[in-house]
Amino acid sequence: MSLRRPAKKQPENFKFNPSSLEAAKNIIAKYPEGKQQSAVMALLYIAQKQNDNWIPLAAMKYIAKFLNMPYIKVYEVATFYSMYNLSPVGKYFVQVCTTTPCMIRGANKLVEACKEKISEDESVLSNDKSCSWMEVECLGACVNAPMMQINDDYYEDLDKEKTLKILDKILNGEKPTPGSYRGRINNEPENNRKTLMDLKNA
Amino acid sequence: MLKDQDRIFQNLYNDLGPDLTSSQKRGDWVNTKEITDKGRDWIINEIKDSQLRGRGGAGFPTGLKWSFAPKEVGSRPHYLVINGDESEPGTCKDRDILRFEPHKLIEGCLIASYAIQAHVCYIYIRGEYFVDGQKLQAAIDEAYEKKLLGKNAAGTGWDLDIYIHYGAGAYICGEETALLESIEGKKGQPRLKPPFPALIGLYGCPTIINNVETIAVVPTILRRGGKWFASLGREKNTGTKIFCISGNVNNPCNVEEEMNIPLKELIEVHAGGVIGGWDNLQAVIPGGSSMPLIPKDKCETLTMDFDSLMAEKSGLGTAGVVVINKDQDIIKCMARIARFYKHESCGQCTPCREGSGWMWRMLERMAKGEASKDEIDMLGDVTKQIEGHTICAFGEGSSWPVQGLLRHFKDEIKKRNKFDPIVKENKNIPYLVDQHLLDKNA
Repeated sequence: MSLRRPAKKQPENFKFNPSSLEAAKNIIAKYPEGKQQSAVMALLYIAQKQNDNWIPLAAMKYIAKFLNMPYIKVYEVATFYSMYNLSPVGKYFVQVCTTTPCMIRGANKLVEACKEKISEDESVLSNDKSCSWMEVECLGACVNAPMMQINDDYYEDLDKEKTLKILDKILNGEKPTPGSYRGRINNEPENNRKTLMDLKNA
Repeated sequence: MLKDQDRIFQNLYNDLGPDLTSSQKRGDWVNTKEITDKGRDWIINEIKDSQLRGRGGAGFPTGLKWSFAPKEVGSRPHYLVINGDESEPGTCKDRDILRFEPHKLIEGCLIASYAIQAHVCYIYIRGEYFVDGQKLQAAIDEAYEKKLLGKNAAGTGWDLDIYIHYGAGAYICGEETALLESIEGKKGQPRLKPPFPALIGLYGCPTIINNVETIAVVPTILRRGGKWFASLGREKNTGTKIFCISGNVNNPCNVEEEMNIPLKELIEVHAGGVIGGWDNLQAVIPGGSSMPLIPKDKCETLTMDFDSLMAEKSGLGTAGVVVINKDQDIIKCMARIARFYKHESCGQCTPCREGSGWMWRMLERMAKGEASKDEIDMLGDVTKQIEGHTICAFGEGSSWPVQGLLRHFKDEIKKRNKFDPIVKENKNIPYLVDQHLLDKNA
């Protein structure tokens, strides 16, 4: 289990803005009547998007009222799942996968790059408060290792130099292009494809 | 090598585009009505004949699972749930299906829902795959637009709604009952079985849960016949499978191959060989991180299917092959996997919650050479105390890789961790302080 604590400094109030409200209503409609509790995960995610990538306690209370469920149940969910950030992480949240398949392909170099560019320690905001980084467990792109995720996008086939360039971009407020950084197409074996060649050449 | 026309996932590398028109060109949605017209029993029997085994890791026969669903719908509706919470280190096959072959999955959902009489299907996708989930959502919207979903889906007379539910970064939600808890809006902690989900599952209703890959191959099996699928691979390990080859190989890749393919062929032909040559191979994790590793000497002749890997005291799991060469420190690799399990344990059962942390800390020490001789056996003992003493299979998943390491690399650990547990040698290692109490002569 991982230890997760809410931030000390919390905003007083939280409310969905109109677009979040509409999205939330659409999500509740997915589930059978009386089972609106199912929507709690998606609603927390919406709250996180609205609130600069993190969920304050006020949002959990708001969602509990919104779904007519006990606050503790929302708190339980928010602290159980690791994708909910309980303290500010910045506009760009960098997650570097360091589980074995990435590790043996040099994920520690990516961590070094993050330490150089963003902050010495993980989960600490950069000087301009725009981003933070952390080591995470397998992100499910092992064939494209080493890789990292910035907000929703995957950046694959990296090395230290490429990571530094990507981080420079986000520190300048630009969005780098997601995908492979070795020019490879999806998950095909680079320059060694032996299957479905008719389709490739078609 | 498998012939190209026998590959189910023609668009694995996205040469053709994942949209509906090009999917139809590849044969999806062509005669869905003809298939469902043959009836539920025919569908389930055909799947049974194909000997398709679940692709999510446990390898349970799919046809058999479907036949567990109640024959008549009672007061409670039936549900189909698709498990796309792919989080096993070394595995990234479902992601490619979600983004490049979404219509195979959606059509499979329709056929499976028809077979088990479900009108609602939830697809659970791990939260990190948000972008890929959006691509699947686009495909679902397209299918609704073309009347392939919704009321009288694809003209079959069956109503079906498909919804995506995103996870939020919990490995444990890949366990089927934890996944159901998660859809119900709770912490993902597995339920005790029985009752099995086929009778009491989502919202207490009969629920069938299948992996993304399992459902995505169903339409093709029914089109080409269970016999065709059964003719590939070998008895009880039939068909094709997407293998993910990662780690120290020259060309890491996903590739669909026949079951029972030799491991060496997979690595040498498709993945371009081990970095530094075959002789530089140290070990292979054959089926995602929870399967015990296999040392090089056995890799020469090993074939990749459920039963032959079981005979080697490992397993096919999700077919995520992680290749580790001699440049890597094998103990460190396993310590990192142990850290993964420590991080991902849901905390419900004590042996797993506490034991996963113990294993990680001991392995970290062993990697540094700071453990004592005795601790090697103690570590084995800890794994045995976790295995089989937990609600879900996570206990096995976390202890098997450590057992694999102890089975095959014990000498390596012994070589590195030599000193005696008793604090005679005046080594300043704080956690060994109380070891003198274990002194048998005292």
